[in-house]
Amino acid sequence: MTTTIRIKKGADIRLKGRPASQVDQAPSAALYAVQPPNYKGIVPKLEVKEGAAVEAGSVLFHSKEHSNVKFLSPVSGTVKEIVRGEKRRILAVVVEADGKNTERSFATVDAASLDRGAMVEAVAERGFFAFIEQRPFATLVNPSDKPRSIHVSGFDSAPLAANMEVALAGREAAFQAGIDALCVLAGGQNVQIGSKKGQTLYNGIQGADVHVFDGPHPAGNAGVQIHHTRPINKGEVVWTMHPEDVANLGETLTSGTYCAKRTVAVAGSECSAPRHINATLGCQITALTGGKVDESNVRIVSGNPLTGDTTKNDGFLGGLHHQVCLLPEGNKPKFLLADGWLGLGLDKFSLSKSYPTWLLPKSKEFVMDTCNNGEERAFVVTGQYEPVFPFDIYPVQLLKSILANDIDAMEKLGIYEVAPEDFALCEYACTSKIAVQSIVREGLDMLKKELG
Amino acid sequence: MKALHNLLDSIRPQFEEGGKFSKFWVVYDSLETFAFTPGHATKNGVHIRDGVDLKRTMFMVILALVPALLFGTWNQGHQYLLSIGEIAANDSLSLMFWDKLFIGAVKVLPLVVVSYGVGLGIEFLFAGMRGHSINEGYLVSGMLIPLIMPVDCPLWMVALAVAFAVIIAKEVFGGTGMNILNVALTARAFLFFAYPKQLSGEIWIHNVKASADAGLLADGYTGATALGHLASTVGKGMEEPAVTGVMSMFGADGMFSLTNSFLGLIPGSIGETSALAILIGAALLIWTGIGSWKIMSSFLAGGLVMGLLFNLMGLNAYMTLPAIHQVVMGGFMFGMVFMATDPVSASQTERGKWIYGFFGGFLSIMIRVFNPAYPEGVMMAILFMNVMAPLIDHYVIQANVGKREKRALAAQGATA
Repeated sequence: MTTTIRIKKGADIRLKGRPASQVDQAPSAALYAVQPPNYKGIVPKLEVKEGAAVEAGSVLFHSKEHSNVKFLSPVSGTVKEIVRGEKRRILAVVVEADGKNTERSFATVDAASLDRGAMVEAVAERGFFAFIEQRPFATLVNPSDKPRSIHVSGFDSAPLAANMEVALAGREAAFQAGIDALCVLAGGQNVQIGSKKGQTLYNGIQGADVHVFDGPHPAGNAGVQIHHTRPINKGEVVWTMHPEDVANLGETLTSGTYCAKRTVAVAGSECSAPRHINATLGCQITALTGGKVDESNVRIVSGNPLTGDTTKNDGFLGGLHHQVCLLPEGNKPKFLLADGWLGLGLDKFSLSKSYPTWLLPKSKEFVMDTCNNGEERAFVVTGQYEPVFPFDIYPVQLLKSILANDIDAMEKLGIYEVAPEDFALCEYACTSKIAVQSIVREGLDMLKKELG
Repeated sequence: MKALHNLLDSIRPQFEEGGKFSKFWVVYDSLETFAFTPGHATKNGVHIRDGVDLKRTMFMVILALVPALLFGTWNQGHQYLLSIGEIAANDSLSLMFWDKLFIGAVKVLPLVVVSYGVGLGIEFLFAGMRGHSINEGYLVSGMLIPLIMPVDCPLWMVALAVAFAVIIAKEVFGGTGMNILNVALTARAFLFFAYPKQLSGEIWIHNVKASADAGLLADGYTGATALGHLASTVGKGMEEPAVTGVMSMFGADGMFSLTNSFLGLIPGSIGETSALAILIGAALLIWTGIGSWKIMSSFLAGGLVMGLLFNLMGLNAYMTLPAIHQVVMGGFMFGMVFMATDPVSASQTERGKWIYGFFGGFLSIMIRVFNPAYPEGVMMAILFMNVMAPLIDHYVIQANVGKREKRALAAQGATA
């Protein structure tokens, strides 16, 4: 019997439009894309040109630094466009699907028969290092590292997140095969799964330690779970992977074809039918939303409302995202007495208690728009980050050390353990509207550059 | 409200870069954001933001100050009428209620106006010079300053103190959020040291000197505050008639009885006298989570502990005053609820807040008893703890850092 680890700090933002457990099949999209900016810590090096024919599983580009971190095409077709931004930075490799789904074939692999080196090669060839991130730095991994352990968070606690029971339904064997492969990568019994209290999904899984967590968001963040089981020290590397990607890895290894399934939660108050959709990695947004959304009044977010990326109708599902949220744009001014700062605010969800909504029953859900609800100010209010930051780390002091470019202080204050997503609730709660996550990202990038 | 917003929009170009009034952009911007939370949507990072902002937070603090302000205004009138014998101490409190409020308001409102006028004027000037928007911090400081002033403090002195505090305590450090010392207390400390003569004795009750000169003063009225009276006992034997006379004022029937001190029916700075009114504000601050209950409770504990220690020592008459009486007198409660909890100048770590608050309360009582030259020990204690707060935080954080280092060493030991 494993003991439940209770995460006390954190908060569940009660957004309207949570996805129902109903699962629909997405229509096949015309366009798919793999977007290098979705992956932190890589510079893409193209392996295809515009107009080239690709199979599902063909390499589109790889990481310049680690050439065995490869990014594969989820579908077969032709490379329609290489979208570039400022300084010719590659933003997306767009593939026009031919609808035939010609698949590149790989050798089938039995995890038990491979040693670690061979497994690294097998995972690299099948493009799955694109789905493994690491702490410290919260970037994609360096496949030549030997991680201390590999951590799979078995549930997503973010607002409007996909339900893992739905996403992994019927894929237990694939998930087990993926865990077997991770065990080889981690060198033995070094794979951990963080399960939610009451979740039975991982009961039969062999080879991994299952830790049970209970508590509000961000209890589902890998960083939080690692911190509460075996915190990361300087010099240690821990890899993290999403359960659906683990199942995809398992399926790819056993079937011999590239598996790029994505169960996407399409949710939010502006979504007419919030539900799960079975889709393919990198598909166009319209295939998920079932048509065009009024972009000027609705924000389309690929990922969760706290950490995701803004996208458009003709944009694409992010490579590491499992949900798409439709939220009302908050681009209209709010008069102080009506819905502004001096109003009663009976519909304003707030983690501070300065609006009376904290007295309402916990079942009430709120429509929240994307308004900043105020202007950026200096740090004034203290003690508002700590209650939503379940680490034994001083968040404000760590942020200040980053702003001061003080690498030594950042290390001492525990920057190795955190990812920007762990600070998402701090940013949400911030009275001074400070861009906390981007400060953390800068700090991590700075540290990585400094340490080489 | 559409009409108001359209009006603001229509005059906006005149204030923007190149417009006729572009120098006054700060004024326009602050008024516009005051009236309407701008429709600025989130860009990077989180897509949804909490409803709370600094305006809301500061407004809650002002709301919490309202009971102390209203009571203080009334009490100034009450004290004035008492001093000239117009009413007696055992008359019903509702007697001449409106007269009291009116007399108080005539004195208090100008102080508030001067404080906001001068303070916000300087803030606008600095914001304009630096090209950033107005921070809401002064909205609270501007209300705190008149509340800790004696009622007859000349307006020019208040103006000077505000200017000194805003410029030296805040703007030179970079503005709201960057200051080391509490702005309002700096204003008070400035007056205390720059004008010691004017700020002691006969300004705690409106017109008390003139009343005395005209022979109008009721018997036994000197116009001194509770702490002023008590300070006069230090250094004298406990049995001297002067001392027993003073101490009898703190007895159950005296002018400074525990009930009177708690309700605030005594002379003193405008907002500080009523522990009851202040505690109502404290309840709001704690209820909304804006004021740190940790600082308030540890501050109170610190004061009580020091008071009890003095009771045990009992070396002079001042020390024998019950601890509970000590903490409801003078600026203790006001400092505890509104000054010590200023998040910018207080300790910023949760553990540090306990230490900071405790020593703040402890030193407040210690200074007021040990050093009669500084009857208002609370001001000195909080300013001192403001200076100490970064040090407290440093040690709290070092403990956390040390724990992490130890863990890393243990992990190395395990693998080696």
